[in-house]
Amino acid sequence: MLNGTEDEEKWLAEGIAGIQHNAFYMHRALDSNNLREALKYSAQMLSELRTSKLSPHKYYELYMRAFDELKRLELFFKDDSKHGVSVVDLYELVQHAGNILPRLYLLCTVGSIYIKSKEAPAKEVLKDLVEMCRGVQHPIRGLFLRSYLAQISRDKLPDIGSEYEGDADTVMDAVDFVLQNFTEMNKLWVRMQHQGPGGVREKREKERSELQDLVGKNLHVLSQIEGVDLEMYKETVLPRVLEQVVNCKDDLAQYYLMDCIIQVFPDEYHLQTLETLLGACPQLQPTVDVKTVLSRLMDRLSNYAASSTDVLPEFLQVEAFSKLSNAIGKVIEAQLDMPAVGAITLYVSLLTFTLRVHPDRLDHVDQVLGACVKKLSNIPKLEDSRAMKQVVALLSAPLEKYNDIVTALTLSNYPRVMDHLDIGTNKLMAMVIIQSIMKNNSCISTADKVEVLFELIKGLIKDIDGADVDELDEEDFKEEQNSVARLIHMLYNDEPEEMLKIICIVRKHTMVGGPKRLPFTVSSLVFSALRLLRQLQGQEGDIVGEEASMTPNKIFQLLTQIIESLSAVPSPELALRLYLQCAEAANGCDIEHVAYEFFTQAFLLYEEEIADSKAQVTAIHLIIGTLQRMNVFGVENRDTLTHKATGYSARLLKKADQCRAVYACSHLFWVDDQDGIKDGERVLLCLKRALRIANAAQQMANVARGSGGPVSLFVEILNKYIYFFEKGNKQITSSAIQGLIELINTEMQSDSTNPDSVADAFLASTLRYIQFQKQKGGVMGEKFESIKL
Amino acid sequence: MNFLIEAFKPACSISIKFSDGKTRKRVPIKRENGQTLLAPLFRNQENIAGKITIEPHQGKRIEHNGVKVELLGQIEMYLDRGNFYDFTSLVRELDVPGDIYERTTYPFEFSMVEMPYETYNGVNVRLRYVLKVTVSRNYGGSIIEYLNFLVHNYSPPPSINTSIKMEVGIEDCLHIEFEYNKSKYHLKDVIIGKIYYFLVKIKIKTMDIEIRRRESTVTGATNHVETETLAKFELMDGAPVRGESIPVRLFLSPYELTPTHRNINNKFSVKYYLNLVLVDEEGLRYFKQQQITIYRLPLQDT
Repeated sequence: MLNGTEDEEKWLAEGIAGIQHNAFYMHRALDSNNLREALKYSAQMLSELRTSKLSPHKYYELYMRAFDELKRLELFFKDDSKHGVSVVDLYELVQHAGNILPRLYLLCTVGSIYIKSKEAPAKEVLKDLVEMCRGVQHPIRGLFLRSYLAQISRDKLPDIGSEYEGDADTVMDAVDFVLQNFTEMNKLWVRMQHQGPGGVREKREKERSELQDLVGKNLHVLSQIEGVDLEMYKETVLPRVLEQVVNCKDDLAQYYLMDCIIQVFPDEYHLQTLETLLGACPQLQPTVDVKTVLSRLMDRLSNYAASSTDVLPEFLQVEAFSKLSNAIGKVIEAQLDMPAVGAITLYVSLLTFTLRVHPDRLDHVDQVLGACVKKLSNIPKLEDSRAMKQVVALLSAPLEKYNDIVTALTLSNYPRVMDHLDIGTNKLMAMVIIQSIMKNNSCISTADKVEVLFELIKGLIKDIDGADVDELDEEDFKEEQNSVARLIHMLYNDEPEEMLKIICIVRKHTMVGGPKRLPFTVSSLVFSALRLLRQLQGQEGDIVGEEASMTPNKIFQLLTQIIESLSAVPSPELALRLYLQCAEAANGCDIEHVAYEFFTQAFLLYEEEIADSKAQVTAIHLIIGTLQRMNVFGVENRDTLTHKATGYSARLLKKADQCRAVYACSHLFWVDDQDGIKDGERVLLCLKRALRIANAAQQMANVARGSGGPVSLFVEILNKYIYFFEKGNKQITSSAIQGLIELINTEMQSDSTNPDSVADAFLASTLRYIQFQKQKGGVMGEKFESIKL
Repeated sequence: MNFLIEAFKPACSISIKFSDGKTRKRVPIKRENGQTLLAPLFRNQENIAGKITIEPHQGKRIEHNGVKVELLGQIEMYLDRGNFYDFTSLVRELDVPGDIYERTTYPFEFSMVEMPYETYNGVNVRLRYVLKVTVSRNYGGSIIEYLNFLVHNYSPPPSINTSIKMEVGIEDCLHIEFEYNKSKYHLKDVIIGKIYYFLVKIKIKTMDIEIRRRESTVTGATNHVETETLAKFELMDGAPVRGESIPVRLFLSPYELTPTHRNINNKFSVKYYLNLVLVDEEGLRYFKQQQITIYRLPLQDT
């Protein structure tokens, strides 16, 4: 390899030396106006280009040297006062050269002067030149020769408005010439692939791509011809270029040239010739990257559409979308072994196109998705990660464009595309959807859409067959489920009827989620239903008769069922909280038996399911708190429930917990409302019981550890006393408070008590409060007067 | 010494002048020593007239047995020990035997001379026209002076001039069709044609067209053929593929061609061939030769 490059450098150096040597003599001949010698040495100089040893890159260097020299020669030829030979004779004279390559370079050089002299029509000279160049069949030499021809003829085409303009068909002549040169160059270029030593394919392709611009330049020249209007482009230029592209059957050339066509000609032409251009695509080699070609085309058209709204009617008129869509269909059909990623990429481009050009045409979007589904359904399993990425892109595009999932939900094929994703990607996509909803704060407000939405995100909602549960990342899972829970809150409709439907649908979907998901979703669902309940209450005044089917009772039944589903998890603590929440709602609705039922459920759970003592403490406090706020119960029901609550409080495991629960229960008998129950005696009973328990706890601590128990319990009870004392409970007397304070002081001073700064501070601030109340004077001051500190 | 030199020196100088020598076209001919000199040009059945001047040296008297001028058309075969065959021989007696004392001028004329053959300088054969002036003497040898002149004969453009078109090939290997626009070309003509490739399975490197001259001479019973390649013209560089059509445009003017000569005086023929040569990458040559006729149009003398 190294040797190869070294040799090449050497050959190039030799070639350059040969050119310089002969150029020197040529210059001398030019200076002495010696035509014969000039021809001789220029031909010898050009003979250096006959080498086969150089790679295109190095050959180009050599060519450029010769090219510069030819410019000087051209100046000499142009001035017939110097050599005294007419251009016509000169045109013959250079053809006497025995070697074809120098002969043709000279012929082209004189040809350009011949055209300039206007002694013959430009078209005839050009035609002759392009024909004669057929003699060079060697790919690299031929390409460079024809490139030289293209170069010298560029400004001499018989274009409209050009000084070389000919008769009626003048543009056609110009076009014919360029097309023919293009065709021949392309043939040579393609041939490089098959000729020459059987070197490495990559190397050859690299060499070829170094030459591609020589070929593509012709297309550029075509696009610059003034006379090529839409009509001519449509009738002649494009069909003939495409014919060559298709017929050359070379993937590199096809790809490059299609791209070239797309890039060099105006957008408007593309739009008007879409059918022809697209018609060529399925005929390309299967290895051609058609998707990129089509994507570029669609990009260009999209940008064109974006450039001005004036052009949009054109798009409609030519039915750009359906043509592109058909073309893509055909390409995919024709290229059976195109990888899935290719096909999907095409659909992504088409989707992008239609989103930009026809943002209002959702049916187009759906159509694209539908086509994609069709393609995907032919593939047993999508395993290519790149393909997967493209599908995600496909699905994300409409979301990004419309910023509104609601739009996407109307696309019937959307969920069908999602079905083809693997589980991980499906989830990812579902997350994207949810995030989009969150970001845009979209409210999904009809049952149908909710149904579709949940169908879309079912990857998150339930276990999909074949999913490997072990691989789940706990954190990811939580995040996913939290998102679903958040999503449920985004579903809202002002109409209770519709809202109920939505809830039912969500319930239907979430219920199948399995024990791991339910704890996340059920609470959202419950609160959503509770919101509906409040909504219903708000409207109750106006619509009573109509809403027969929609009674709070029904909703409560639904709630019960929802919460019951948690038993499968099981998650008794959560269920208990939710029951209590519902009970409170029932309280708000003034339905006693339902509230009672919820409490019953709560207590059952407490009894049967909640075994952990800490959980029990929390639960009993929740129950007490909720129960305290209930005002719907009649005396009997209330007694039953308070009795239960007090009972369970006293049966907690730790004495301190018992104590706290019991004094909390005191509030059950004293509701500080106007019509609230105010049973001072039972309050006192509770507090006394709490004191007893605190005492017992103290003694137990002494026995067990030889030190005093928590004094803070007493302080807490003291606070309760003070509270009820203030609230006017006649059973709580100042002397009782006095006694309790003394008791606490005694406890604090006993030897066995550990100093407890928290309890001390607590006591001190409590006493400070009493002092404050005493000094405040008035009714309260009088009340506290009797307490001595 | 002087005497000796005097003795070998011709006693007189003879000059031959054509009466239209100033206006007559002269064309270069190659002599044996490689030099070129200009010689007057004639055509068949022209009158050849002029003056011959004999000038004795230093007032010498030349005694002679008569003065004559001959017009000879000769074919010289190099392989036949340089033998001459005169196919034309005309004589004009200029003077009866006697003495020449001073510069004497004799007019001469051969009218409507039959000169059917063109002057030709080949590899093994030469056809030439010459004027030979002889001053016959009994002693000292006759004094002889030669003057070469050229004859070109013109042909009208042929009434029938079909193209040459032929398909040739090697089975499953190479199959081409070549076409030359005419079968008869004049000396300044252009050969236009094309080579069409039906099938190419070999890796061709170049394709050339050659102009070959085939000169055959008859000496007694033996026939000798000499072939020269006068032109080698590259038509194609690189390997073509099926369906390629390669143009041919060959200007004949740069090459030293003569018209085709057919069986000149039963002594020789000169024929021309176009040889299409394909060379493959291994250097193997594939060729096909086609005869063409070359003729001379009026006013086409080099």
